[in-house]
Amino acid sequence: MTTQTPVADDAARLAAFEARIAADESIEPKDWMPERYRSQLIRMMSQHAHSEVVGMLPEGNWITRAPSLRRKMILLAKVQDEGGHGLYIYCGTETLGVDRQELVQQLLDGKAKYSSIFNYPTLSWADIGAIGWLVDGAAIVNQTMLAKASYGPYARAMVRICKEENFHKKQGYEFMVTLARGTPAQKAMAQESLNRWWWPSLMMFGPHDADSPNSDELKKWGVKRKSNDELRQRFVNLTIAQVKAIDLTVPDPDLRYDEASGDWITGPIDWDEFWRVVKGHGPCNSERLGARRKAHDEGRWVRDAAMAYAEKQQRNNRETTERQQ
Amino acid sequence: MASPALFPALLRLGDDRLVLGHRTSEWCGHAPILEEDIALANISLDLIGQANLLLQYAGEVEGAGRDQDALAFSRDAMEYRNALLCELPKGDFGVTIARHFFHGLFSVLQWQALSSSKDATVAGIAAKALKESKYHVRHAGEWVIRLGDGTEESHRRAQAAVDQLWPYTGELFMQPTDEAELVADGLVADVSALEGPWRAQVDDVLRRATLTVPETAWMQRGGRVGVHTEHLGHLLAEMQSVARAHPGAQW
Ligand SMILES: [Fe+2]
Ligand SMILES: [Fe+2]
Ligand SMILES: [Fe+2]
Repeated sequence: MTTQTPVADDAARLAAFEARIAADESIEPKDWMPERYRSQLIRMMSQHAHSEVVGMLPEGNWITRAPSLRRKMILLAKVQDEGGHGLYIYCGTETLGVDRQELVQQLLDGKAKYSSIFNYPTLSWADIGAIGWLVDGAAIVNQTMLAKASYGPYARAMVRICKEENFHKKQGYEFMVTLARGTPAQKAMAQESLNRWWWPSLMMFGPHDADSPNSDELKKWGVKRKSNDELRQRFVNLTIAQVKAIDLTVPDPDLRYDEASGDWITGPIDWDEFWRVVKGHGPCNSERLGARRKAHDEGRWVRDAAMAYAEKQQRNNRETTERQQ
Repeated sequence: MASPALFPALLRLGDDRLVLGHRTSEWCGHAPILEEDIALANISLDLIGQANLLLQYAGEVEGAGRDQDALAFSRDAMEYRNALLCELPKGDFGVTIARHFFHGLFSVLQWQALSSSKDATVAGIAAKALKESKYHVRHAGEWVIRLGDGTEESHRRAQAAVDQLWPYTGELFMQPTDEAELVADGLVADVSALEGPWRAQVDDVLRRATLTVPETAWMQRGGRVGVHTEHLGHLLAEMQSVARAHPGAQW
């Protein structure tokens, strides 16, 4: 007979769990995990899935206006990929014992977050290139780290998704190269777009490490492996080289190269703007959520029909089987 | 060397897919469920991919130095040759699905016939497109049945979609007179011969969907000779806006 209390039991399981994390073992859906680990992962993964889906809107805004058939096809394929990422990550999140409907409802109720970058508008065709290059580029830096996350289904999803995001980023940069080497109007369009997307892209990595409330815990559990600032620096270094290669500039008068570290050091980020957008006052927060709600409401009759039809089919199948018995 | 007489026939083939692909792309991010966002983007991509090949070949056949982008982005509405069915507004999900079903079924039959075209380029495009259109019809057909035999509301909406689109289906099977020689030479398909098999499959699916075929006698026409609905001008104004603002630019 065991004399262990449930509390001691939990403490033992927690110690075993933390040992597995320390040994870089992958945690799988059937494994025991602390509730806090589970809830943090649900929050992070569903935010990621929502971001993929909401992210279809700003880019979708330009599909009908793409100026060449080739670019139209590239953009359609990209947006289709993003929808696929959303679906894939929702499925991954469901392994933690929630269902997609519940998560989508949280988004529609404004209770779940998604990446703030998608609360900025796409105002010119060049924005499609800038998003592929900068937004997918920033996402890759983040997701390459998440591909080593301790939760197996998330890590595996990231490996697969990162391959496609890399492709999007390459296409986005190639798009900007074409504009930058194009007519003066095209080059001006590229520069104007870079001016608007530069700072919001840097904000995608989240607040400075000192102001990031979830970071320590996520690091402790091997979900995040690098800090926001480390990732942001990596992105800046990668991107400045590319900006220079196509003779554009970033809107930062304080940008300087630090010989000692080999880093490009940016001027201060406007955190007031960051928090304003996070709290719902970005230029497109209400449009984006409004578009998701409208699609959801207008699609209700379709989902109801699919369900009613499936039930009828089940009933018919049952009756056929009963008759045969 | 391909016959220049193929040019209008290739425009009819290409414009159908370009305009319908455009309408389908308008759903992106706004579909009833995420799976349908993905499916509709995929269908749109297939259609625009087909248009790209067909218009590219049209430009070669014309021999006037126009490529697929010049044809897509520099022609006015009266120079477009798509069937009117393709340009009607996207409507609700029921209209979108019914249109994909009607046009997809027509496409499958058309690609089947064209895959033995004596023009090797046309035959090659048709063989590739046939696989895609078969998937589009399967997708749309399943939805027609679900919507028709789903709830009271979905039945009503599906029937309304069929009723609205039906008068635009006849044009698909009106053989343009300037293609008579091409048909005789085995280069393009006689679309009037496709109506029988098309109707048989439509009847079958609509019956399973508990929907009825409208008894409209008059069929709208005009797209094949460049006389369109008011909708196409708006569609092209949007589609061509960036391209036309930067004449001569490469993208
Ligand atoms: Fe993505
Ligand atoms: Fe992503
Ligand atoms: Fe992406």
